[in-house]
Amino acid sequence: MIRYSLPIFGNNEIQHMPILSLDNVVKRYHNHTAVDHVTFNVEKGSIFGLLGPNGAGKTSLIRIITTITGADEGRILLDGEPLSSFSPAQIGYLPEERGLYKKMKVGEQLLYLAQLKGMTKKDARDSLFAWLEKFDIKDWWGKKVDELSKGMQQKIQFISTVCHNPKLLILDEPFSGLDPINTNLIKDEIYELNKNGTSIIFSTHRMEQVEQICEDIVLMNKGKVILEGRVDALQERFKENKFRIGFKGNLDRELTSDSFEVLSDSEDDLIISVKEGHDSNELLRELMDRGHDIISYNEILPTLNEIFIKQVDGQSDE
Amino acid sequence: MNKIWLIITREFSTRVKSKAFLLGTFLAPLAMVAFFALIGFVMSRGSDEQRNIAVYDKNDLLKGAIESTDNINLDISSKSFADLVKDYEEKKIDGIIEIPESINENENRFQITYHSDDQLAIDESLIVGNRIEDRIRDYKVKSLGLDLEKIDKLSTYVSLAPKTIIEKDKKISSMTNIVGSVMGGVIGYAMFMIIIFYGGQVMRSVMEEKVNRIIEVLISSVKPYQLMMGKIIGVGSVGLLQISIWVLLLALLAPLSSMFIGAETTSSLTDVAGVSPEDMQAAMSEGQEKMVQVMQELRNLNWAVLIPMSIIYFLGGYFAYASLFAALGSAVGEDINEAQTLMLPIMMPLMLAVYIAFSAVQAPNTSLVVWSSIIPLLSSVVMPVRLPASPPVWEVILSVVLLIAFCFFFVWLAGRIYRVGILMYGKKASFRELAKWVFFKG
Repeated sequence: MIRYSLPIFGNNEIQHMPILSLDNVVKRYHNHTAVDHVTFNVEKGSIFGLLGPNGAGKTSLIRIITTITGADEGRILLDGEPLSSFSPAQIGYLPEERGLYKKMKVGEQLLYLAQLKGMTKKDARDSLFAWLEKFDIKDWWGKKVDELSKGMQQKIQFISTVCHNPKLLILDEPFSGLDPINTNLIKDEIYELNKNGTSIIFSTHRMEQVEQICEDIVLMNKGKVILEGRVDALQERFKENKFRIGFKGNLDRELTSDSFEVLSDSEDDLIISVKEGHDSNELLRELMDRGHDIISYNEILPTLNEIFIKQVDGQSDE
Repeated sequence: MNKIWLIITREFSTRVKSKAFLLGTFLAPLAMVAFFALIGFVMSRGSDEQRNIAVYDKNDLLKGAIESTDNINLDISSKSFADLVKDYEEKKIDGIIEIPESINENENRFQITYHSDDQLAIDESLIVGNRIEDRIRDYKVKSLGLDLEKIDKLSTYVSLAPKTIIEKDKKISSMTNIVGSVMGGVIGYAMFMIIIFYGGQVMRSVMEEKVNRIIEVLISSVKPYQLMMGKIIGVGSVGLLQISIWVLLLALLAPLSSMFIGAETTSSLTDVAGVSPEDMQAAMSEGQEKMVQVMQELRNLNWAVLIPMSIIYFLGGYFAYASLFAALGSAVGEDINEAQTLMLPIMMPLMLAVYIAFSAVQAPNTSLVVWSSIIPLLSSVVMPVRLPASPPVWEVILSVVLLIAFCFFFVWLAGRIYRVGILMYGKKASFRELAKWVFFKG
């Protein structure tokens, strides 16, 4: 096996060696290109969002990373090494479409799946007991899967994804089909795994979930990466100098100014866009000068959803 | 390799531990034996009603003698026909047989009238007809002035006793061919059943994993090819285990059942043919003699070749067909109807092979049989039928080589289809589509 002491690409900083590096990865199916020269890095210990609408190529890309299929072109390094038959043991994958053997008992099934990931029977048993204990579901060991409710099955599925202590966890729409309680439970587990050093790729088309959870994201559309970076940096980059201003008392509804424009108003707040060449201090000063009683003042950052729609619209205009 | 072993173990142990396996393995043969015993019982019993039938013989042609049977009381009556009709109306008798007024010695066919509103059962009328035939024969012998003893000397029975010329050591008897080819036929048919049954199980198992979507988790841990092979080997091992148990049970139960069936057939023989007790005794000892001969011939078969060769043909046929079934299962997923449509072309060579195998039982050396025993997909069913008759060695070698080569080819082909099929949802599978998948890149 070839060992790379340094990442071949990226920032060439050893401390920041990415857990996963994709370099110009291409996957073609007979009549379309599902993954089109995709390049990005997932930093070690991060929670990384892989975003895009349905059909953007997320699942195709994940299937390449999980060695289910192979890439036609490009290079992929997992923790500095090319994908190989050793990779599956280092990856935990929760597919969007969940599934377990219905007639098999929970314990047997979890042991089987863990051993397929390369664990010994003893290690698998120890790890599984610890997880079942944690979720307080040890007595499910001898139950058949089809005796469990859907939410319970999801927990079993989650345990099967993480019990072999993967370096990289890939979660494809992990919250779909979960009730709010289980969503929070799984979310907490994700945070805890991440705190203990597991890198996580979180794939979804539900952008609002990503804003809360992820640090870095990649936004895909039609097989291509159209945006990448830190969530706050992207929001900063795409903000439109909009502010929400809360006030008390009367306000001059027909407010006009050279430096700003009122976009909308309601009972007790205003949404104002600051014109180019002016800044928000000017806006505040102007409002205060007019004697308004301002109680709150927020910058409105664009949601990822808005950024995405804007980007996709921009792209289709080309 | 380790992962294939895990998959084999799971496929094997979940099946063997299931109730269906226990039922199928131990109850199915018992049910089968019980079923045949029941059929034998029903066939031998016929009707349990006691019938009283009057024989109206106006001119006393039968000389007042006719034998009754267990269920039918035949009584030659001296009453007039009108009185007999009255008896019938009073339900004293169930019917009247009317013997003609005269018998023409030159006539070979007689139609004897049976007067009744209820028909006799087929076996009843055969028996009664037999009894009357015997009487008419006696009548003819007498009226033609023949010697009954001399006539008995006319009946002759010839059987050919084979004797080898060059191969002096080879033990053969008149039963050799029959026993050999029937045994081969049994093995061939068993092959067919096993391949269909376990091949079908492989297909269902593949469909299950695709439908319940566990497949994506599995193939992120193992290669599709490993999964498919593990499945085929695991299910095949269950098959071998089950067959071994059956063979064992058969060996234990066979002496019991053969006694039972032997007794049943001889007793029904006496009923139908009206054989006298002495004849029956003779038939019994002849039957026993035949039985001994059959057992002898079974022992003489070259089992040392037959068993390993049967296993080779079973494995070759099973792997080829099971992998095709796996490919089909991967392509269809949920829709069992679609699966059945696609199964037809796979079933066809198998059905064809069974028909050819049946014809091979009678004639193991026709060119159709010889060629089918060499062509892969047919050979695993047809060749076992020919094996007891010791076919030329080159034919067997060619057949085995082709069997193994095509077995690998089909496994490879199925693997190509399988790896694409298991991840393909919502696409209607057709053979054109499957052919395309074979050439997809990894």
